[in-house]
Amino acid sequence: MKPIQSLLLALVCALLFGVNGFSQSTPQAFTGAQIIPISGEPINNGVLIIEDGKITAVGNENTRIPRGADVHDMSGKVIMPGLVDTHSHIGDGDGGDRSATLHPDVRIMDSINPRSESFKRALAGGITSVNVMPGSGHLMSGQTVYLKLRKANTIEDMLIYLDDEKTIYGGLKMANGTNPRGNPPSPGTRAKAASMVRDLYIKAQEYKAKVAAADGDESKMPPRDIGMETLVEVLEGKRIVHNHTHTHQDILTTIRLAEEFGYRLVLQHVSEAWKVADEIAASSNVVGSSIITLDSFGGKVEAKDIRNSNGKYLEDAGELVGFHTDDGITDSRLFLRSAAMGVREGMSREAALEAVTIANAVMMDIDERVGSFEEGKDADLIILNGDPFSVYTHVEQTWIEGQKVWDRTNEEDRKYATGGYQIYPGQIHSHHEEGGLK
Amino acid sequence: MRTLKSLILIPALLLAFSFSTEAQIAVKGETVYTMAGNPISNGVVLIKDGKIERVGSASRVNIPSNYEVYEAKVVTPGLIDAHSVVGLAGHLNVDADQDQLETSNPIQPELRAIDAYNAREALVGHLRDHGITTVHTGHGPGALISGQTMITKTTGKTVDENLIHPSKMLAFTLGNNISGAFSKPGTRAKAIAMMRQELIKAQAYLDKRNSDEDYSKDLGMEALADLLEGKMTALVTVHRAHDIMSAIRLQEEFGFPMVLDGVAEAYLIIDEIKERGYSVIIHPSMIRPGGDAKNASMETAAKLYEAGIPIAFQSGFEGYVPKTRVVLFEAGVAAANGLGMENALKVLTIDAAELLGIDDRVGSLEAGKDADIAMFDGDPLEYITNVTGVIINGEKVK
Repeated sequence: MKPIQSLLLALVCALLFGVNGFSQSTPQAFTGAQIIPISGEPINNGVLIIEDGKITAVGNENTRIPRGADVHDMSGKVIMPGLVDTHSHIGDGDGGDRSATLHPDVRIMDSINPRSESFKRALAGGITSVNVMPGSGHLMSGQTVYLKLRKANTIEDMLIYLDDEKTIYGGLKMANGTNPRGNPPSPGTRAKAASMVRDLYIKAQEYKAKVAAADGDESKMPPRDIGMETLVEVLEGKRIVHNHTHTHQDILTTIRLAEEFGYRLVLQHVSEAWKVADEIAASSNVVGSSIITLDSFGGKVEAKDIRNSNGKYLEDAGELVGFHTDDGITDSRLFLRSAAMGVREGMSREAALEAVTIANAVMMDIDERVGSFEEGKDADLIILNGDPFSVYTHVEQTWIEGQKVWDRTNEEDRKYATGGYQIYPGQIHSHHEEGGLK
Repeated sequence: MRTLKSLILIPALLLAFSFSTEAQIAVKGETVYTMAGNPISNGVVLIKDGKIERVGSASRVNIPSNYEVYEAKVVTPGLIDAHSVVGLAGHLNVDADQDQLETSNPIQPELRAIDAYNAREALVGHLRDHGITTVHTGHGPGALISGQTMITKTTGKTVDENLIHPSKMLAFTLGNNISGAFSKPGTRAKAIAMMRQELIKAQAYLDKRNSDEDYSKDLGMEALADLLEGKMTALVTVHRAHDIMSAIRLQEEFGFPMVLDGVAEAYLIIDEIKERGYSVIIHPSMIRPGGDAKNASMETAAKLYEAGIPIAFQSGFEGYVPKTRVVLFEAGVAAANGLGMENALKVLTIDAAELLGIDDRVGSLEAGKDADIAMFDGDPLEYITNVTGVIINGEKVK
């Protein structure tokens, strides 16, 4: 090729591929690192190939590196899938208001600020997919949203769609125990709370039956009810219920309701899981348990018996278990710490690693796309400078769908990891003040 | 009983007593961080009658046969939480167990921590189980002066049993962290005006106390007079840089001893803090970046340490979950953000003891000091390391 042609080609390339610095079609090869694929044993001196935002190969040092690939020497580093958080309050969103305690119609999607600094906090902690939920001050505070933390101008840029029609991109938040209790319209007791939920699901069953009876005939369809439509998605198993629950009896009530109506359930927090781990594992309606790590028990009566060994108890019972940040209860920047504390309390390394990746992906119905390094999955990965469970390890880079979205060597990014002057606006989601009804 | 028999019985009882309740202990560690010199590989700590008897390498220290032997991978002095509210702020977080903040008046220096401390509170045990053997606790942030603090070991059935100091500091708060329950202050400037007025009153009270004049005793004024005389220290919880400067202005006007607490924006005014010689009880490394602490950095501990400012770690006050933090964990995150492991261990032990003025008793493993020891199965600061044993005053408490 003549020099002038090369120059022109380079110019065209630069124009085409713009600010990203490399072509989406140029394969990226990461070599030299310990690769933790989650889908298999860690690979020392492994090779990870990504292209067009997808993983195309993962293997040992003999893995073929495509011609023309950008090769990143990651010797001494650890590479694992981007972390998945099943319960967070980043994004400055909200849910239902004081007018009711059951809000199946409300979407947190309609309130989230895609420019929120809190998303940077999550990227700094290696989180790439997240279930952002409205609070626990209602029996049903609204629809949750599954987000990929891509560079985004609009919330639509971040959504993870679960269906081809792009109508479902989250679960449904429910809560029991003391948080949703209060004066009417809130329930005043546990039994009242359960009866209100049952009543609503019975209405949803009737709505579903009417839709089925119409058999596609528009004139026979019931009037559109967006709350009912959401609950039908739940009853049909297309939308998972994420149920905030702490004490052992509340956990069992949560399961009882899911079994009565046949919906799929993720238990959230599950502070007393250690008391009923076998009962949790025995229910086929429970997709998994999403637990939190806390530096002490207490802070509320319901959390007086919480144990950081919940992960071990659930693992031993054969139950799918994941960790969540509940950011701002725990900090997204330290999400790996939650899993490490599970190991401290007896969980296996393998289960703890899964509990921040593939297990959480399963609990969000996105495990075919994220949560492990397998050919065809999204190229979401994090690069660490040491063991994932060491306090001394930092997340160095976070990649989403083949794009580097956070880099600790870049001062503009690094500051979101350490904190400092005028980096965060100071608004942290506080459960203490949440709950539209209190 | 005849005199002769009694005479024989007494020494027999004494002998039995000294062997049964004052068991002597030897702690062996693959690494022993004494905080008085370099770490010792294969070290031994001998404990007798609740005090440290001898510390040294296993090759030099013989363990007497009647000593109970414990072994650990890593041995450190008992850890020190330099500012907490455990024992006053109970774990259930209901009205009945929250005694860290009285909201009837924004200035109440007369409130003593010893009158509220619950030695059996579950969170005290929680800290103890994490190797924390000494805690500086008491009234919390949220009032201009919320009350007094105390220093205690983290064991004992009553507050008196292992108290080190009954009224160490007065808890001040400046900035936006003052409870909304008070009708005033409503602004920063009003807060300082109220504090100045109260301290001027205390100066006059102190003059009277030091004269031969009769005066009627006032508990609050007594505490502030003690502060002005240097018998107590102001523990000023403050985060924003301009509020820290207000604290300094107040201290310089009245000349009382002061320790800065929290100080999220300390990195903006390191020189101002250092040149005046203040010590800092740094906010938890994992503090949420919100409210007055929104500009907190995980690297502040390292920056202050490098500048030569004396620092200690705190669990601080938590209004929700978790109800207390754990300085062992906060130290780990500080270590990973520039401070380093050995410095962090030093801050957790001897530096904290010096800052609190209790280094004659705790903070290092040296002969004659209290036998407070933490044992670990690895690097104490690592997430996956467990505390395998805790000894307080020569007694195995975990």
